[in-house]
Amino acid sequence: MSANPSPDTVFPHRHLLGIEGLRAGEITQILDLADGYVEQNRRPVKKSTLLDGRTQVNLFFENSTRTRTSFELAGKRLGADVINMSTDSSSVKKGETLIDTAMTLNAMHLDALVVRHADSGAVKLLADKVNCSVINAGDGHHEHPTQALLDALAIRRRLGRLDGLIVAICGDILHSRVARSNIHLLNAMGARVRCVAPPTLLPSQIERLGVEVHHSMKTGLRDADVVMMLRLQTERMSGQYVPSTREYFYFYGLDYEKLEVAKPDAVIMHPGPMNRGVEIDSEVADDLKRSMILDQVELGVAVRMAVLDLLTRDRRQSDLAGANQ
Amino acid sequence: MTARIVYRNARLLDPATGLDQRADLLIDGEKIADFGPGLFSGSTPEGAEVVDLAGQCLAPGLVDMRVLIGEPGEEEKDTIKSASRAAAAGGITAMALLPNTDPVLDEVAGLEFIARRAREVKLVKVFAYGSATRGTEGKEITEMGLLSHAGAVAFTDGTKPIASAKTMRRALSYAKTFGKLIVQHPEEPSLAAGGMMNSGEIATRLGLVGIPREAEIIMIERDLRLAELTGGRLHFAHITTSESVDLIRRAKARGLKVTCDTAPHYFALTETDVGDYRTYAKVSPPLRGEMDRRAVVEGLADGTIDAIASDHVPQDQDQKRLPFAQAAPGVIGLETLFPLTLELVHKGKMPLLKALACVTSNPAAILDLAVGRIVKGGPADLVAFDLDVPWQIDVGRFKSKSKNSPFENRPVQGRPLRTIVDGRTVWQAED
Repeated sequence: MSANPSPDTVFPHRHLLGIEGLRAGEITQILDLADGYVEQNRRPVKKSTLLDGRTQVNLFFENSTRTRTSFELAGKRLGADVINMSTDSSSVKKGETLIDTAMTLNAMHLDALVVRHADSGAVKLLADKVNCSVINAGDGHHEHPTQALLDALAIRRRLGRLDGLIVAICGDILHSRVARSNIHLLNAMGARVRCVAPPTLLPSQIERLGVEVHHSMKTGLRDADVVMMLRLQTERMSGQYVPSTREYFYFYGLDYEKLEVAKPDAVIMHPGPMNRGVEIDSEVADDLKRSMILDQVELGVAVRMAVLDLLTRDRRQSDLAGANQ
Repeated sequence: MTARIVYRNARLLDPATGLDQRADLLIDGEKIADFGPGLFSGSTPEGAEVVDLAGQCLAPGLVDMRVLIGEPGEEEKDTIKSASRAAAAGGITAMALLPNTDPVLDEVAGLEFIARRAREVKLVKVFAYGSATRGTEGKEITEMGLLSHAGAVAFTDGTKPIASAKTMRRALSYAKTFGKLIVQHPEEPSLAAGGMMNSGEIATRLGLVGIPREAEIIMIERDLRLAELTGGRLHFAHITTSESVDLIRRAKARGLKVTCDTAPHYFALTETDVGDYRTYAKVSPPLRGEMDRRAVVEGLADGTIDAIASDHVPQDQDQKRLPFAQAAPGVIGLETLFPLTLELVHKGKMPLLKALACVTSNPAAILDLAVGRIVKGGPADLVAFDLDVPWQIDVGRFKSKSKNSPFENRPVQGRPLRTIVDGRTVWQAED
């Protein structure tokens, strides 16, 4: 694990809209910095003053308790003022468009805007209209970059590397922004990525993203170092993409029997929330030796702190330069 | 006394007859009185206005067989007046309006309204389709006989496919009674449902729901069977895939009464133009890949694709400044139809006369309209144009009320100089 980068190092992007387009060195920069924040978060006093006086707004057009809380904690632990906005309370219900919302927020001089939206590309649209840094907290089926970064951090801390690992991403890849971000990240970092799913849950030409495609857990999990399970939305199950939860679990649900073909020390991941007995067996999910599900939650806060730190560095440095003049 | 105008020193072009020579043309009132080389080598007719074209081209005015406007119902997008002005500026002298207005053009009164507004505006010739089914709901066929008598040029549900095979069969059979054509938007709706762009790698990367090419192909295969079964006349609008071109090529070889068109965005753009969620590139059917784009160009070149229509679908800013999934599909096209068609000529894909046929005589023949040709005694609907002048598309100067064009700033070559409808100059280039 490399040492933390200098706090003066500037991250070359204003926003974090996706993993696609990030270089391996930039990903490593975030992960290295996050390692330091893991330590800060384990101390009795977790708060620093790095973002004192800065304003972070979490704008969630889709419900999400864990991601929103994770971003909220990240901002607060860096000393920022954090405000949560959700669609229920926003003007969107009154007919305001996304661009109107962006303009309104822009007038409030924010420093960081964390956005989740049900439509792919919506966060990019917003980012084009505001002056502050925008972090994509999940847009449609497109990307969820901080989830991929926290997954990578969890793997790196447990297995010591990403390069050369075999990672099997299993389940509802069609609707998963987590899968897309992880594919880009793992490819950039030199891992071998497999997608394991029934054909109905795979997007068209997914192999063009540089992954192997498997329709059987037996071949897909063979010799895997990491098994990443995805949440399956049960409302999409019956008669739509797969015939029933029973059949899905039989062929694609992760249990010890299917896990047998993976490496003996293979780790299990899940972005949560889990559907126990649908995509994952409870016994496997709760196996502390294999399952990294709680590590993922813990590391999520550190990764988000690192991202907030890096994206606001440029502005912090220019403010400092202005104050010294 | 009717007005007489002589257009001298023109490169006179008529794709219907293969005419391409230096000639003069005389308009008497609303009609073409005469034309030919050296027609007025001595002196011009007394009292006639003389326009010297100095070797510039003079051809039949363009016939655009697929135009959507917002009148009635969504006048903020385009009205008959604004669309007519845009058409005139684009060298179009006749356009056929889709029935997807509010209310839908499924009643005689609707067609009469369009005809009345067109008479009031009095710029280009405005024709209208009747909807093939009531409310374009795809269930019950409309009063095609009465609508034909009221001026419907053909029947279509416009931007919506006629999804039910049974309804399509009845529409094709019944329209035949009145010698009318059925125009289909070929897209199997259950396969296309929820889709936003072409299915494939780019859609997967962007996380957008894809529409498979098969949605179009399947519908064409089905409808060709129904055309064969009924003997009806069938036209496919805006075809976009290589298999669609192949299917229609083979159907024509078998003698089926089938025709088709495409739109400039399907031969000038591809799915990569969606770029970073560019909503101006959201169209229905979606932009396809490079292989399909090339097949469309080949289909035009070998005559499988009969016509090029603008597929003008105006959308105001509020409908496009949205996340890609929520944005309305469609691009404006009245003012880009001509230069983008000429792009095929300048790139060596089609000879000039053949390209002109796709926007003049062919669409006129498909819709059975007495326009799109240069005929003695025929209507004087013409466009004078400079074939070679380079310019850059500037949407800000467009006459359409909406500005949703993905061709902004595209360098093109060739533009109209003067548009003439029934002998009247309805538009003229400023410089």
